[in-house]
Amino acid sequence: MKFGVVRFPGSCDEVDAQLAATRVGEAVLLWHGDRDLQGVDAVIVPGGFSYGDYLRAGAIARFSPVMESVFEFAREGGPVLGICNGFQVLCEAGLLPGALLPNVGLRFVCRQVDLEVVDPDTPFTRACARGERLSIPVKHTTGRYHPPPEGADVVLRYAPGHNPNGSEQDIAAVRNEAGNVFGLMPHPEHAVDRLTGSADGLRLFESLAVAVAA
Amino acid sequence: MSRHRELGLTDTEYELICEKLDREPNAVELAMFSLLWSEHCAYKHSRKLLRRLPTEGPNVVMGPGENAGAVDVGGGRAVAFKVESHNHPSAVEPFQGAATGVGGILRDVFAVGARPIAVLDSLRFGEPTSERSLYLLDRAVAGIGHYGNSIGVPTVGGEVYFEGPYEQNCLINAMCVGLAPRERLIRSAAAGPGNVLVLLGAATGRDGIGGASVLASAELDEADESKRPSVQIGDPFEESRLVECCLELLEDDLLVSLQDLGAAGLTSSAGEMASKGGVGLDVDVARVPLREADMEPFEVMVSESQERMLCVVAPERLDAVLERCARWEVRATAIGEVTGSQRLRVLDGPEVVGDVPVAALVDECPLYDLAPAAPAVPLYPAPTATPTGDAPLDALLALLASPNLSSRRPLFEQYDSIVQSRTVRRPEQADAAVLALEGGGAIAVSIDGSGRRVACDPRTGAMEAVFECAANLACAGAEPLGLTNCLNFGNPEKPHIAWQLERAVDGLAEACRALDVPVVGGNVSLYNEGTEGPIYPTPVVGMVGVLPDPERAGRLGFAREGDAIAIAGEFHPALPGGELAKLRGEPLPDTLPGFDAAKVRAAQGAIRDAVRAGELSSAHDIAEGGLLVAVSESCLAGGVGAALDLGPSDDPWTHVYGEGAGGFVVSGPRAALDRLAEGVPLHVFGTVGGEGLEVAIGDWRFTASLSELREAHSALVALFP
Repeated sequence: MKFGVVRFPGSCDEVDAQLAATRVGEAVLLWHGDRDLQGVDAVIVPGGFSYGDYLRAGAIARFSPVMESVFEFAREGGPVLGICNGFQVLCEAGLLPGALLPNVGLRFVCRQVDLEVVDPDTPFTRACARGERLSIPVKHTTGRYHPPPEGADVVLRYAPGHNPNGSEQDIAAVRNEAGNVFGLMPHPEHAVDRLTGSADGLRLFESLAVAVAA
Repeated sequence: MSRHRELGLTDTEYELICEKLDREPNAVELAMFSLLWSEHCAYKHSRKLLRRLPTEGPNVVMGPGENAGAVDVGGGRAVAFKVESHNHPSAVEPFQGAATGVGGILRDVFAVGARPIAVLDSLRFGEPTSERSLYLLDRAVAGIGHYGNSIGVPTVGGEVYFEGPYEQNCLINAMCVGLAPRERLIRSAAAGPGNVLVLLGAATGRDGIGGASVLASAELDEADESKRPSVQIGDPFEESRLVECCLELLEDDLLVSLQDLGAAGLTSSAGEMASKGGVGLDVDVARVPLREADMEPFEVMVSESQERMLCVVAPERLDAVLERCARWEVRATAIGEVTGSQRLRVLDGPEVVGDVPVAALVDECPLYDLAPAAPAVPLYPAPTATPTGDAPLDALLALLASPNLSSRRPLFEQYDSIVQSRTVRRPEQADAAVLALEGGGAIAVSIDGSGRRVACDPRTGAMEAVFECAANLACAGAEPLGLTNCLNFGNPEKPHIAWQLERAVDGLAEACRALDVPVVGGNVSLYNEGTEGPIYPTPVVGMVGVLPDPERAGRLGFAREGDAIAIAGEFHPALPGGELAKLRGEPLPDTLPGFDAAKVRAAQGAIRDAVRAGELSSAHDIAEGGLLVAVSESCLAGGVGAALDLGPSDDPWTHVYGEGAGGFVVSGPRAALDRLAEGVPLHVFGTVGGEGLEVAIGDWRFTASLSELREAHSALVALFP
């Protein structure tokens, strides 16, 4: 199992994502200017502020050379995980439905929250049970999910009382129709070790490793 | 003759400059001297005093004088750290002032080759009843978050206090902690005539012209709106590329030396690099990439545009450096070279527009003796009283709800405290932040300093700040290795401010010696006065310590029903100068009870050992608000109540609400507390459990539910709707 973690200028959590992924497999960084995905089995688009995010969160990153290859990879059914800024990038690119808007509080919020697994039948959640609770932190300013009128395929919701940003229907994570592209605002890569708060996020990486092996 | 006065130089200083140059300085040279001879750059009123601080110890890798100090944390690793102020820019423009304060201190740390792994901040504002203070708080917190969050360095701790004397002159101090393999730390001394001087990072603009002299080295006044152009604008995206690029350049050993551009821009950076290396530098302003085409040579030399670094590169490595910078999209331009002349020459293409001896510019600013005199009348008015009620429980709830003690959650939730995957203790989980290190072990970091206590008694107050930091580390299980400080004071030319400064430095020195903790770096911020007078004298202390096993890092919250609760240590509380006295509107006392430093150090050692051995469920030092506030904080952090019986008391107010150094609230199995009692005075006075806090002392009996305590403690939430 080989993960590729995209590194944009301005990424913050790419090394954390790489560290998390190495707990279940191999993980390499993919430079934003390169088109070569190095034969990876899954791609992670990590958190941070790609290209500074001065225009709009995720708006510039979708045009980078590496993302052209990632879109191709996704179209062919390769699993793509977008975390926080990565989720924003995938929505900007139209690989995931909906949009991410500024938090209702208009402030950055860093908080450990509980999530509920709505859909365990995805490559990203197959190690989880329906209704299971995961403790995973969020940290963002632009994380209020707004689904399209036709709705979105929800994978994770914020548990009651845990919605940190005003996301509609408490949506924390969605997938595309095919199920191979998944985006979430919480940071599973920051919940892979009880020493630093929680190991619940590891379930997502384990799910992906199992799905790729299957 | 008046131009130099506008730039902040005295007539005598100007004459001295003429003497050293053997002629009058031209406009470029005068601008350079006015900045490097400013208080901010030359420390002319504090340098002599700072020599009283102990700076040496077995763990010191880099002491004061480098961009940041560094200590050895074992395993071939070093931790570099420094605290710095950005007070006046933040009083004028809080968002950019605070943001660039963070940006500046990050550069100081990666300039020595360390990867920044944590930021802490220490903030002071006027009372939150003032609209201006709320505005400054809101924007400063947003600015700190904007920079730290965007650059991927966690903000793991800090402190904020609200006191009237900071109303016009807020304090924004930021501390950065960095990690590096010990052998990769790099100094800033330029070397090797013929080597190339390369400017990295942002283009140079007109922002921040005169920041060090006009803003940082003078009192604030009513016309500060006009100083907005002296405040720099931060671009964390530029800096995040600059960090990665510089660390790669160092990893591949491509640089001779590296220095950040901070106050006084190129003049200061080039001057200091040349001075430390005993060499000269030629700088060609025509080659400096500019934001505006028509900038004058003096503007290029003193601009404080952010996100720039200066490095010295051997000619044969220049291409490799430029190539690496291009990959990170970091602008890199050769702007000059190292010479053997010991002069800093400023060229504008072929023309020499400035030529000064490096030593005169950097090292020969006159240093002034202070003329300290104890104030004859109180310097500060009594605080405005806040109704606290007469009942003991009312006082507890009023203390928990007071702006200085209530939960900082609405602030620290605006900071990313977890990026880099090493934060073992986040804010409000322990008295110090704990960060795991690759290769095993962890460091604990804390920042502290109570201006009001120092205003009461500069010497004892400053000692308390150092011991408070060390106590925070002890509760996490860490042993202090080194200390950085930022001395925020008023105008040192006034005898009573000089007195505060001298007494406080003596207190810091005494505390450092008593704890064997060296000062490895710091910063001085003077002239913190508004039209209504000086700030409280505020030495802010940042401390770094190590603990062997992050799994056993201490926590402040009660953890297990049935655990015994004890007060440990040499604790002799007193009400005057404390938080309750402030709420009651009592005037500041003119002295604080001292404490036995050796005994407090021994108690800290005993607590540290017990935490490291995994004996205790919780450890929390007794600080502002006294014993019951500390117990309440342990209840709230653990989500569990406690029943306390403190026995007979002739003075329960002092007993439970008095303050002083040296006390801890600990919890754990009774047998573990008995073992701890062998090394430290200890009195078991309660049990963890239940849904509330039950208190019995003397003839007092009261109970507060956890939700009552929590509601009071959440008072700051209302300020951040």
